[in-house]
Amino acid sequence: MKFSEKWLRELVDIPADREALLRRLTMAGLEVEDVELLGASLDGVVVGEIVAAAPHPDADRLQVCSVEAGLDAPLQIVCGAPNARVGLKAPLATVGATLPGGIQIKKAKLRGVESFGMLCSAKELGVDSDASGLMELPAEVRAGAPLTEALGLPDAAIEIGLTPNRSDCLGMWGLARDVAAQFDSALKIEPPPAVAVDSEASRDVRLDAGADCPRYLGRIVEGIDPSAPTPLWMAERLRRAGLRPISVVVDVTNYVMLETGQPLHAFDNDRLQGAITVRRAAEGEKLTLLDGNEVALTPEFLMIADASAPLAVAGIMGGQASSVTDATRNVFLESAHFAPTAISGRARKLGLHTDASHRFERGVDPELPLQALERASALLCELAGGRAGPRLGAERLEDLPKREAVALRRARLTRVLGLQIEDAAVRRILEALQCTVEDTEDGWRALPPSHRFDIEREEDLIEEVIRIHGYEHIPTHAPSGELALKADPEERLKPLDLGRQLASRDYQEALCMAFVNAELLQDWGLGTDTVALANPLSADLAVMRPSLLPGLIEALRRNRARQQARVRLFELGNTFRAGADAPVQTMELAMVACGSAHAEQWGQAARDVDFHDIKGDVESVLALCAAPRAWSFDAEALPHWLHPGRGARVLRDGEVAGYVGVLHPRLAAALDLETDVLVAQLQLETVLPRTLPHAQPVSRYPSVRRDLAVELPETVSWGAVDACVRGALGARLAQLLVFDRYSGKGLGDGRKSLAMGLILQDASRTLTDEDADQCVADALAALERDCMARLRG
Amino acid sequence: MSDIESQVRDALADIERTDTLDALQALRVALLGKSGSITAQLKTLGKLAPEERKAAGAAINQAKGRVAQALDARRDALQEAALEQRLASERIDVTLPGRDGGRAGLHPVTRALERIADIFERLGYQRADGPEIEDDWHNFEALNFPPNHPARTMHDTFYFPDGRLLRTHTSPVQVRALKDRQPPVRIIAPGKVYRSDSDQTHSPMFHQIEGLLVDETSSFADLKGTLVTFVRAFFERDFEMRFRPSFFPFTEPSAELDIRWETGDGSERWMEVLGCGMVHPNVLRNCGIDPERYTGFAFGIGVERFAMLRYGVTDLRAFFENDLRFLRQFA
Repeated sequence: MKFSEKWLRELVDIPADREALLRRLTMAGLEVEDVELLGASLDGVVVGEIVAAAPHPDADRLQVCSVEAGLDAPLQIVCGAPNARVGLKAPLATVGATLPGGIQIKKAKLRGVESFGMLCSAKELGVDSDASGLMELPAEVRAGAPLTEALGLPDAAIEIGLTPNRSDCLGMWGLARDVAAQFDSALKIEPPPAVAVDSEASRDVRLDAGADCPRYLGRIVEGIDPSAPTPLWMAERLRRAGLRPISVVVDVTNYVMLETGQPLHAFDNDRLQGAITVRRAAEGEKLTLLDGNEVALTPEFLMIADASAPLAVAGIMGGQASSVTDATRNVFLESAHFAPTAISGRARKLGLHTDASHRFERGVDPELPLQALERASALLCELAGGRAGPRLGAERLEDLPKREAVALRRARLTRVLGLQIEDAAVRRILEALQCTVEDTEDGWRALPPSHRFDIEREEDLIEEVIRIHGYEHIPTHAPSGELALKADPEERLKPLDLGRQLASRDYQEALCMAFVNAELLQDWGLGTDTVALANPLSADLAVMRPSLLPGLIEALRRNRARQQARVRLFELGNTFRAGADAPVQTMELAMVACGSAHAEQWGQAARDVDFHDIKGDVESVLALCAAPRAWSFDAEALPHWLHPGRGARVLRDGEVAGYVGVLHPRLAAALDLETDVLVAQLQLETVLPRTLPHAQPVSRYPSVRRDLAVELPETVSWGAVDACVRGALGARLAQLLVFDRYSGKGLGDGRKSLAMGLILQDASRTLTDEDADQCVADALAALERDCMARLRG
Repeated sequence: MSDIESQVRDALADIERTDTLDALQALRVALLGKSGSITAQLKTLGKLAPEERKAAGAAINQAKGRVAQALDARRDALQEAALEQRLASERIDVTLPGRDGGRAGLHPVTRALERIADIFERLGYQRADGPEIEDDWHNFEALNFPPNHPARTMHDTFYFPDGRLLRTHTSPVQVRALKDRQPPVRIIAPGKVYRSDSDQTHSPMFHQIEGLLVDETSSFADLKGTLVTFVRAFFERDFEMRFRPSFFPFTEPSAELDIRWETGDGSERWMEVLGCGMVHPNVLRNCGIDPERYTGFAFGIGVERFAMLRYGVTDLRAFFENDLRFLRQFA
């Protein structure tokens, strides 16, 4: 809601300067969003009247005007505006004036002819955006008068952001009422008197929409002059409210809406046939609106129709066919009450948002239609010379919204606010807000005024009282209460514990959009069971991610495009899959890495990151949750996006916890990745449970190490060797490590050698050399039997 | 006697000339060993008259002592020199970077979010969680948004074909938490939220932290106290602050908290940082809690806003571009 400060001050006494007014508005919940100072720098700009005009001798487009500006003699002004003509009154910036845009007016020569000032457009004065020609001033203003005086300047256009509950402030009257309550000052609003009726033009109105439209008032005003000018004061108030003056009929309806808050509509009465009916639209009923668009309606919409055709979508926008035009002489004014539930959401469904729908959706005072109608009729007759007909319309009094008295308990007010407010102050505030107040045993009962749709229960009154009393009076107090400590479970890690571990291993946390492109998911083979938005912002943001990896890979790609050859990212977030009843949300951790294994450095040989690097990173995370023995890796049932020979499944005690490996080369090519990318993803539900340690006694006897090197087929995995040796040695094997792996020269095709260290220990005695030798022999025998191994010579 | 004197002089000169530890050891043996030249002098004592023996013996022992002392001193000097040499040869460039430095970090939004959550956890709030794909009841109806209400249009909502939606705020976690447990309740619910709006100052996905306290005594004064404490703790400084009346369907009275923020050019302006209010009785009732017995307050903190203010980020979109050059600044 944008409005002229001067106008507001005419409606209510405001014992405060502008700054204090703005502060008070904001602190009463009417947040000031913008203030535009108008006419503060129009010194030296006066009303000029063109008394003579002649073509410039050397320029086709320029005229040499003689302009009366209240001085001894008219000034000679050279002007290029298309609407400069004899008799026109327009703003004249005299020599010495500085315009809001910074232009300094000096005596000038234009193509050899002297000019003693400049005739101005509205834009040049910062009054409006209109730069099409000179700002045309009405005939009644006095030539030579300061322009600020003629335009009612200086002024400020104040814009406030209104929350949806405060529709009562969408008109100057309502705003003035609230300001009066804020400052405890007097309102200066008079209800408009009924206009003198001097026409009999009439039209029936029928209400067929129950409580959706309990009141529909109208009036025919005959014989208006559609070309009558809108008076400057009205045009200025409209402009300062952000509305462009259009024509006298439209301006009057807009002005009365701004003034009272009641939206009005004007039909061309000559284009109406028979009675006006308010009803629900029929399915598929069509109407071409004022903006030229044809809409197809449903019974959800409320419609204004006459005997032959739909006329308007009620409370939203009128139709083109029945609208007022330059030729309209007879006007039918509509001033109706539509219930918020009949209007809300409907404009949006048509892709519209109008001044009328904005107000009706939020609720307009049902008592306003009559006052607004009288006000608009009077203005129309006065400004365009019409003859008012009798007041028309229909009402369903039983369907009008009713206000119920609401109880406010003194104790509740104090408890909710943590502040005690004096009884007299509470009563004063409620009365200033035009509630009808009576005392009760434990507080008050307040009957809200008809314009307050938002006061229905005790909390609403509490809010009103403190809003006017001032939030700043509420004390600042630390809450007390019992200390209920609930420690975090030690047997479960937090997702970020894993994130911190990865950050310490040089993975940067990323945050990607939770929606991705559906086609991208096809490339990943993740296109099934996805959850797609009904109203995505774009195709790139259309489907909820079924995995964090596609988004992270996109982030990696973009970083590579920005000269980052080494990229290591991780993300913690939810993924989404269609489920039987509802979408399934799963918390995951994903990592991607490409480029060199270490940041380029003097002390380490440069090499590319490989499978075992990222596996080590994954293991470092898994180690936070459970001992290494709980985790295993195999190459079964890998997802499509992994390299089948360089990918692994991560298992926790046999349960799948995630995947790690090289991105499938086919996918990498489809994604234009010209390098190997290592990826991993873990399901946190499986990973986060942590085993609580249970201490074992440490052996008091020394351990013995024996090394063993065997050669065996390439196809036998370390996992198999590890299991075989452990099986053969049992508890005596304290640790098994592999310290060398070799294949190539000296070994047969398809053979490799593994060198391992056996750390042997017994809990009850020191192992002898013979014991240790026996262990090695047992291990070798088992490897020969189960792993096709032989001792490396 | 002059014989022994000259022998000592020669020995001391030899010791002084020796420049390796090995040669020094050999010299020690040659002088003081079993068949060393000084040791040999003792054997001549037997040939002396008994009255001379005592003085001669003393002279020889003294000579031996002087030589041994010189040998020890020379050994220490050579050892010291050897160590000096070793230390000099082992000198390295300590300004070269250390090996294998992991320098990555958490995302600035995570960093701010954790800081906020940590402050409230210290105040006894527990973390709660809820789904990002919500139903209309939890996101709107239970929070006192009637169908078609204009307040809903403030939330540009992403929908799914079955009518579900992406939560537009973390407030539905309030409802879930209150249905799960009985007051007193103090929870915070951090998480992702979504609005179908994308421009310089709006991201379709962003982060909020919802806070909720419900008990038998809480009032608006407690709400003010909590949030003023929080803002001071987060920024580690004090501000002029104001609670300004506002409107949310699920709280009443409602407020927005503005802080007086110094902008880059040295001027100050009010900056809106969070929305809050007393939990609406309808919400408590929808969760099966008696609003006569219990009152509470709720607040919603925009994490990105706090991260921007705290870390000097001027473009919201930078948070979701995942540009390493940007992210590395917050490690």
